[in-house]
Amino acid sequence: MKINSPLQAYKYLPQTNCGECGEPTCMAFASKLIDRSGKTADCPPLVKEKKFAKKLAELEGLLAPEIREVIIGVGEKAAKIGGDDVLYRHKLTFFNKTKMFFDVADNMEEAALVERVKQIADFRKFYVGNYLLLDGVAVRAASGDPAKFAAAVKKVAETTDLPLILCSFDPAVLKAGLEVVKDKNPLLYAANKDNWKEVGELALEYKVPVVVSALNDLDALKTLAKTLAEAGIQDIVLDPGTVPVGKGLKDTFTNFLKIRRAGIDGDVEIAYPILALPFTAWMAGIEDPVSASYWETVMASMFTIRYGDIMILHSMEPYAVLPEMHLVDTIYTDPRTPVAVDGAMYQVGSPTVDSPVFFTTNFALTYYTVESDIASNGIDCWLLAVDTDGIGVEAAVAGGQLTSDKVKDAFDKAGFDLKKDVNHNTLIVPGLSARLQGDIEDSLGANVMVGPMDSGRIPGWMEKNWPPK
Amino acid sequence: MAKKMKLTDITDMFAGMDVEALEGVTIEGDIELDLGGLGGGFDPMLAAALGQESAVLAQHFARIAGMFGYPVGIGAGAPAPAAALAAPKFKDLIPAKFDVANMADWATPIQEVRIGNTSADGGSRGKAVHVGGEKALPFYFDAEMPNRNQVTIDVFDMRIGLAKAVKQNYDEVMDSPGEWAKKNVEQFNADMITIHLISTDPLIKDTPAKEAAKVVEEVLQAVDVPIAIGGSGNPQKDPEVLAKAAEVAEGERCLLASASLNLDYAAIAEAALKYDHDVLSWTQLDMNSQKELNRKLMKQCNVPRERIIMDPTTAALGYGLDYAYTNMERIRLAALLGDDELTFPMSSGTTNAWGARESWMVGSPLKEDSDWGPREYRGPIWEIVTGLSLALAGNDLFMMMHPTSVAFLKKATQTLFGSIDAEPVDISNWIAAEV
Repeated sequence: MKINSPLQAYKYLPQTNCGECGEPTCMAFASKLIDRSGKTADCPPLVKEKKFAKKLAELEGLLAPEIREVIIGVGEKAAKIGGDDVLYRHKLTFFNKTKMFFDVADNMEEAALVERVKQIADFRKFYVGNYLLLDGVAVRAASGDPAKFAAAVKKVAETTDLPLILCSFDPAVLKAGLEVVKDKNPLLYAANKDNWKEVGELALEYKVPVVVSALNDLDALKTLAKTLAEAGIQDIVLDPGTVPVGKGLKDTFTNFLKIRRAGIDGDVEIAYPILALPFTAWMAGIEDPVSASYWETVMASMFTIRYGDIMILHSMEPYAVLPEMHLVDTIYTDPRTPVAVDGAMYQVGSPTVDSPVFFTTNFALTYYTVESDIASNGIDCWLLAVDTDGIGVEAAVAGGQLTSDKVKDAFDKAGFDLKKDVNHNTLIVPGLSARLQGDIEDSLGANVMVGPMDSGRIPGWMEKNWPPK
Repeated sequence: MAKKMKLTDITDMFAGMDVEALEGVTIEGDIELDLGGLGGGFDPMLAAALGQESAVLAQHFARIAGMFGYPVGIGAGAPAPAAALAAPKFKDLIPAKFDVANMADWATPIQEVRIGNTSADGGSRGKAVHVGGEKALPFYFDAEMPNRNQVTIDVFDMRIGLAKAVKQNYDEVMDSPGEWAKKNVEQFNADMITIHLISTDPLIKDTPAKEAAKVVEEVLQAVDVPIAIGGSGNPQKDPEVLAKAAEVAEGERCLLASASLNLDYAAIAEAALKYDHDVLSWTQLDMNSQKELNRKLMKQCNVPRERIIMDPTTAALGYGLDYAYTNMERIRLAALLGDDELTFPMSSGTTNAWGARESWMVGSPLKEDSDWGPREYRGPIWEIVTGLSLALAGNDLFMMMHPTSVAFLKKATQTLFGSIDAEPVDISNWIAAEV
């Protein structure tokens, strides 16, 4: 984005405060444009009235993200990558999560291939109200045979509607694959110094995004990107090579830093999303598969944090995939969203006077974890969020933000009386705050039961301990 | 665009084009031809590239060929014209030089802090550990990173509940802090030992400070690496416990963990100065509190800059790591830009990763989840990813537990530090790799 204050964007708006965008003033709308929570399309006069056409075009140019946004695939599951404006997430937020593509090879047995694709497409983990999912399939032309590759691509596309990356350096092989999925906007991997003309032509002919690849040579990478861009290809992804170990890995890390810094600083010829290949961990001669998988996750972590926008990975072991998808979510969570929920009494399901009463802290992650654990197991209850300044249970007990007085205050503020609003006068406290049990009994005049250390164990705990004897 | 054409129109068209005969073609009277614009595959962008003149010519040929039933355009088996048209787009590479500047405004270096005194400094440690001294974000090319990351492995002064995957490494030494410390150094490559005096908590065993201090002596004798000394986290008792421990460890330059705003930090600072130790300045995910505590340690308690390390709090992957990561990255960037209340090395309680249910629970408590797989492999990688993320944010010292996690974190950070050589790997043909 070339501008950074609402005042600069305001100049290009109709300045009528018509309110059609849903904001009371054009200035308010301008600040939404600047923090990227609003789009120019949300302003009907600007879009519809001819007299604003020039301003609209100028404004869109100024608002365009520094790093180009590239879309892979079609429909709901299309993967949007790039689009960033900052080098550090706290400066704004990072947009468009790093996309995790997992490989299949065209020389796999058909049944094994289909099973693996299903595994990729079906993997999911529930996390604070949403599912973490995997993003796509990279088909490797390991056979080098156009017909075999086309058959594998066809099988993958029949099995899933996830976006695809077609991987080969042979234009004939890529073309065979493209023919099969020409309506699905796959990412072409890759144009390099030897095949760039032919692969560039394929990208133009089929109108698909394309990776340019130059191993540890940023001049060559920029040359390829510039050449393809001048030929009218806009959707470019950069592959500076990902070396799995040693000094080569350090060089790779440095390349990622340099490319992104140059892009954010305004070098448009290199301001494209970057592809990382943690996959190469499997080429480093690491004997033990668990260690190889761990190293792949280590590489994925480095490039999730430092500017990888899309990754090709191999290990589908849950112990690899779970931390990888959590780290992507961690880095791409909007830091502008609040840390805490309101300190209040919440109803999970439809609680009655017989239902148990729990409390937890108002740290958003803690609260939502507890809530989803309870809700997904169909337990009706009262759940009090105690205001601990947005700190989790264990740390808040240690730091003095969670005390018996705080718990009592929270009940008072919520207007909830354990003696009247339920018929058991009992509070279940988090296992991690067990040491407060006596104090809370005294300050509330209620029975206090110590719940499990982890809210995931509430269902089992309930079976044994609820209702209280 | 569609229009009807008479034979005379065609003749007229040919008249301007120097076409004398169409060989092998006969046209019989009263034909009506539909001409739907140009051939389906004709690309106006390509035409533009060829220049107006040749474009017009190409259009004429396309029309003529189309009219007489010749296939025209892409998808109609006419590759020759397509290739001829594309050629000017991809003629030669357009050379470009890549260049990017170093960060000019990272002008303030991070304070270097030594932990441990060797005989040269009047202590008995075999080596000292140095952290800090950076002039850029970790592993960045802007400036050489002077000190690698260090790992201190936990020891507790009593048997405690640990995740199964952790416990199986320590079970036989958990009743002897000295043996535990030795195992950490000799088998698990610990750079340092952290002895946690948790039994001093009035709600656990209420071990008197004097007795707890003996455990510190035991650990100092068992190993010769530098040590960190932790209390129980009880804010009333910790100052007394740490002061006594500092006294028995006089001259060893231990790291006292921790001073915080909710306890008598002045007492801990005083003990550090009196007995020659460093202070860990611990706050909870809040940069401004961190500034406040550092300021108080320096201004009120006169702790010299070279004795302060910060612990801005580690939240585990999936449980607030986004806050912990960004808090550290902000602190480090502010320091490099000149905020001298934050120019200190950082330490992470990376073991907090074992609080994440993914690291220790047998399976997911949520029916909707995919299978989580065997937990013995989940825990170590949870600790690795939590630590590595913070290493990239600027953390220097890691307090860890699982030997596998320690090994991988060290390998990862030292690879980025540049001190690990490896056989070159040819990745150029990764597409055909056998995996």
